[in-house]
Amino acid sequence: MSEAVIEVRAVRKRFGAHEVLRGVSLTAHQGDVVAIIGASGSGKSTLLRCIPLLEAPDEGEIVIGGERLDPANRHQVERVRATLGFVFQSFNLWPHRTVLGNVIEAPVHVQRRPRGECVAEAEALLAKVGLADKRDAWPNELSGGQQQRAAIARARAMRPRALLFDEPTSALDPELVGEVLRVIRALAEEGRTMLIVTHEMSFAADVSSRAIFLDDGVIAEEGPPGQIFRDPATERCRAFVRRHLERHLGR
Amino acid sequence: MRELDFLGATMLQLLGGVPLTVGLTAGSVAAGAVLALLLALLRANSRPGAALVSAYVFVFRGTPLLLQIFFIYYGAGQFAFVRASVLWPFLREPWCCALLALALNDAAYASEILRGGFAAVPKGAVEAGRAVGMTRLLLLRRVVLPLAIRQALPAYGNELIAMVKSTSLASLVTLMEVTGIAYAIISETYRAIEVFLCAGAIYLVLNFALTRAVAVLEAKLGPAGT
Repeated sequence: MSEAVIEVRAVRKRFGAHEVLRGVSLTAHQGDVVAIIGASGSGKSTLLRCIPLLEAPDEGEIVIGGERLDPANRHQVERVRATLGFVFQSFNLWPHRTVLGNVIEAPVHVQRRPRGECVAEAEALLAKVGLADKRDAWPNELSGGQQQRAAIARARAMRPRALLFDEPTSALDPELVGEVLRVIRALAEEGRTMLIVTHEMSFAADVSSRAIFLDDGVIAEEGPPGQIFRDPATERCRAFVRRHLERHLGR
Repeated sequence: MRELDFLGATMLQLLGGVPLTVGLTAGSVAAGAVLALLLALLRANSRPGAALVSAYVFVFRGTPLLLQIFFIYYGAGQFAFVRASVLWPFLREPWCCALLALALNDAAYASEILRGGFAAVPKGAVEAGRAVGMTRLLLLRRVVLPLAIRQALPAYGNELIAMVKSTSLASLVTLMEVTGIAYAIISETYRAIEVFLCAGAIYLVLNFALTRAVAVLEAKLGPAGT
């Protein structure tokens, strides 16, 4: 078995009186595509945000590439964040930079790589997500689907060892979901290490190598997609998946 | 013909005051901007700091600028410790007093404008910066400040124009900038209308250039809003 890229160990996170994560552990190895599913409020986004310490866990450990993160060590956290690509539900492109400016921002200013090299690489990444002709556009001139594809190119520009997707299609109009899913699927087929929080059940069933069903802050079920999406062991998971697949087929 | 000659001569004399008018504006706006940024950051980052800054803004925004200039120009010299301090060679100069008052006053307004700009920075843009591993300083320099300044620029442009006009008050502490020279010409010639028209035209040209410059900067900083 290859070395673990991401390890989450017994993480707990509380917002006020509500404990969102109640001891969650997961491991992602090189090339794993882990789908994280669960109802709204089950803690799946919080779990994903805990990995680069965008949220600091109250208890437990985050280990990235064998290195245990210390939330008090800002320098280490910043260095490790630069090795993970994060894709947000609401895209979060920088509105004051063009599409190309968004993609080269971190490689040039965080990784301090030569600008010419970053631009060439960014253009290739934009071509890959079908936005070669939008390099000089401002984010507010793009559709949601285009913004999210640009955000994926931005996340990849750091040459991350893993990509984290936080409900990447939940803020999109239904007709724009497909173009973003296609980009993510292509990345999965290249063997990239990815964690995907999503409500797109059939997509998750298709691309994931492993799925995790989060329920009320704990992992209620975990296994290969064939089990989670077609033959869940727990009644909660069965009901959840059925509800979502029905909704999907219904639309 | 003689009328045109007078206007031409007046214009030439008044133009001699432009360097001082521009210098007072540039100096006070530059110092005011640095102070405003510090005030806005102080206000955003500590509770006692916020109270201090709002008291500062209350005083400098709530009293006339002319009073502030007089206070520093006439008032500072009354204190023995001021006269004894290393700052006295500066505070003795009307130029420095006017500049100081203008800068302190500008900082009060500009810090409020900047506060609005900071509040308008989208949370997601900041989060995206954190997620790629930006340090707090880099985040401030590359994401927060450009967005805050872009949001604040239209209002700040108004403040810049107000500052150009405010420098005319410096004539009341003996400074011969455009308005000061105009006043001197009038006291010799009693031709107030012509002289003040010329002076007004100079301010209009200065502010027109400034407005264009702000518009160019706005375009350079990218689209407004998100």
